[in-house]
This record gives sequence, structure tokens and C-alpha cells, in this order.
Amino acid sequence: MGTVAVERYLTSANDDAWLVHRGRFLDVTFLLEVGETSYLVRIHRGRIESVDKGPLIQPRWTFALRASQAAWETFWQPVPPPGAHDLIAMIKTKTLELDGDQHPFMANLRYFKDLLSRPRTPATGGTR
Amino acid sequence: MSAAAKPASGPAFEPAVGRYLRLDIAGKPHRLYVEEAGAGIPIVCLHTAGADGRQYRGLMNDAALLSRFRVIAFDLPWHGKSSPPAGWQTAEYKLTSRAYVDTIMAVVDALALDRPIVIGCSIGGRIVLHLALEHPERFRALIGLESAAHADPYYDLDWLHRPDVHGGEMCGAITSGLIAPTAPEADRWETSWHYMQGGPGVFKGDLHFYTADGDVRGRLAEIDTRKCPLYLLTGEYDYSCTPDDTRELARRIKGAEATIMQGLGHFPMSEDPGRFLGHLRGVLERVAGS
Repeated sequence: MGTVAVERYLTSANDDAWLVHRGRFLDVTFLLEVGETSYLVRIHRGRIESVDKGPLIQPRWTFALRASQAAWETFWQPVPPPGAHDLIAMIKTKTLELDGDQHPFMANLRYFKDLLSRPRTPATGGTR
Repeated sequence: MSAAAKPASGPAFEPAVGRYLRLDIAGKPHRLYVEEAGAGIPIVCLHTAGADGRQYRGLMNDAALLSRFRVIAFDLPWHGKSSPPAGWQTAEYKLTSRAYVDTIMAVVDALALDRPIVIGCSIGGRIVLHLALEHPERFRALIGLESAAHADPYYDLDWLHRPDVHGGEMCGAITSGLIAPTAPEADRWETSWHYMQGGPGVFKGDLHFYTADGDVRGRLAEIDTRKCPLYLLTGEYDYSCTPDDTRELARRIKGAEATIMQGLGHFPMSEDPGRFLGHLRGVLERVAGS
């Protein structure tokens, strides 16, 4: 999964009307780290407003999700192996770090699981 | 089954019949929902934390199983269609080992079951270890699904019950990854739906038993599988009770058998009933034949 594709998969989430609808009460900016590459993702009413690729100067965010490039690539496999198949599983196995104010992430957990697993099933946008 | 097709001979009811059972548990009157199907050796089925007996719908609809076994599932108090006892509104719900064992034994006695098999999953997979310790002579066999002697919490359980997070959405989303990615879509979402329907704080209250009160690590050597056989089956995608947790459990209980089930997660009987039955049939054959 190249770094360009990450931005594309995130912004194309706006084509998923059901995902946007489920995020309609969500306004948040979060930091996504894929190995050495950072993305500042702004969400407004469930729509991806912008994705800024690093290097970032003094980024402000509510929560951050950090994993290695290899960990995300494993997570994005169509049928990922046990332990790498779910964000909460990755937190338990310590391959994913969740930092900052977790409230918007947890309150919209299904939204973020679906958003971040989009590369797994590009045809449908992912529903896991 | 086609919804549009008009059945030629009456409505298309499934074999299971559900009734409400009045009984006392630890001296308190309760009203529990019990459903059952089939005839033969009784199997009591115990649902996971925050869910209910619908998780066993696959067993309840399997003709081969029902021809030889009486499959019984009840909803724990606070779960499914079972009521909490009167006065529930004055205290936080917390499941304990004592209350869980008492409830199971009260149901077994109320239904006058003679040495039933018990299948329990997750918290049910834990409580069968307590049954093995306390009442091995009362059961023909104990089958623990997703069974471990203890589980440490891996997220802050307070997320499950607080007014600024929707409990149903939270419980559904936090458990969704415990279902294997290969599970059929309809069964995956049926399994999640049960979680989304749980009462406020009930899943969290069950996890008090799962992560604290129900710890049996110090008593495993007392379990005697010669009195009652113990079978352990765990899905490879379960990160709550991992395959390693179950292997460790089997290693510490003489005579216990562990099977790791490929392509299944934490809710095998509900997330992919067909695949799970492939594993269960062999176990039941051995129990029935012994």
C-alpha cells in the first residue's frame, strides 16, 4: 500500500453515503501515522474534509493512531491474519498505539474501523 | 427459505419453543426465558457476556443434532428476554462466579435435567471450569468455547457504560473484531445485533466476572476430568481468549482436550454456525458414545 493510496482511500470515504451518515455527529481532527509518514485527517459531519500528508508543522489533533507500515499493510490484507485483523486487536497486541483524547474514537468506533479498513475491500469500501 | 412463498402446510416455524420459567435463584424470585428444541441427551447452552441464547440458533435448527439431543438455551438474568430481579434499579449489575453457578444449577434443577452436557462460550467457557470444580458429578461433559482461566482487560471497560457514549453502538463495535473476517455476513451482523441490544451496563457487568471475579488460575489442578470430561474449543481469530490461553488451560488440566478452530473467532456458534457444527459434532459423538 503506497502512501498516495492512503490519502485516496480516506478521501474516497465521502462516496460512501452510509458511512458519512453514521458519522454525521462527528467533528474531529486526528493524526494517522503509517510508519514514518504522517497524515492529519480532518472530519466534519462524517465527511473527510482534508488529508494533509506530512511532514507537518505543529499539527494539532484530538487523537493519534500510530502503527508501522508493515502493521497497516497486514491489516489491509483482504483476509488479515489473527491479531492483525482489527484495530482493537492491534491495540491489544501493541502493534497499534492510540494516543490523546480517545472519546471521539471510541464513541464512533465502528466508523473508524470502517474508515481505516477501506483498503481491505476497495470495491465496497469495507464493512468490517 | 423464501419470505414470499406461502407455506403449503402451516407457518414456517423453527423447531425451537421458548417459555418463561419462574424459579428462585439464591433465594430471590426470577423470571427467565428458556428455549429448547430436539429430544434426547440434554445440552445446556450458555451465551457470551452481554448477549443471549439466540447465539445458539444454529444448533437449535440442526436436524441431525435435534434427533439425538435436547438443546436448551436460557438467557441469564438481565439478558435477552429474561428479566432482572425486582430491585435491580438500585445497584450496578456485576456478575459473580457464585451467582453464575447458582443460576445454572437452579435451571438444571428446575428442568430436572439428568446429567446434561453444558456448552458455554466466553464467560460460559469460564463458568464450565467452575462447574468442573464444584459439581462435576452433575454433568455428562463440559464443553468450553473460547475458554481461559482468566482474562486481563485490554481496553477501559468504562467505555461500555457511560451516558456520553451509546452503549449499544459501543458494545457492537468493540466486539465486532472478535468475529473472524471469514464469517458469513448475515451471521456476523446477527451476532453484532445481539450485542447492540444489551441493556445498559450489562456487558460491562458480565466482564466483571470475566476479568476479575471468575479467575480460576489457582484452582485448575483440582479439576478432575475423570469425574467429568472437559473439551475446549477456541477460534483462531479470538484475541479476547486467545488460542494460546486455551492451550495453556489444557496444559494445566490433566485430561482436558483443546482444539483450535480455523476461520472462527470468539462467537463460533453464532458467527459461523455451519463451520462450528463441523467441530462440535465429533465432540458430541464421543460424549454420547461414552
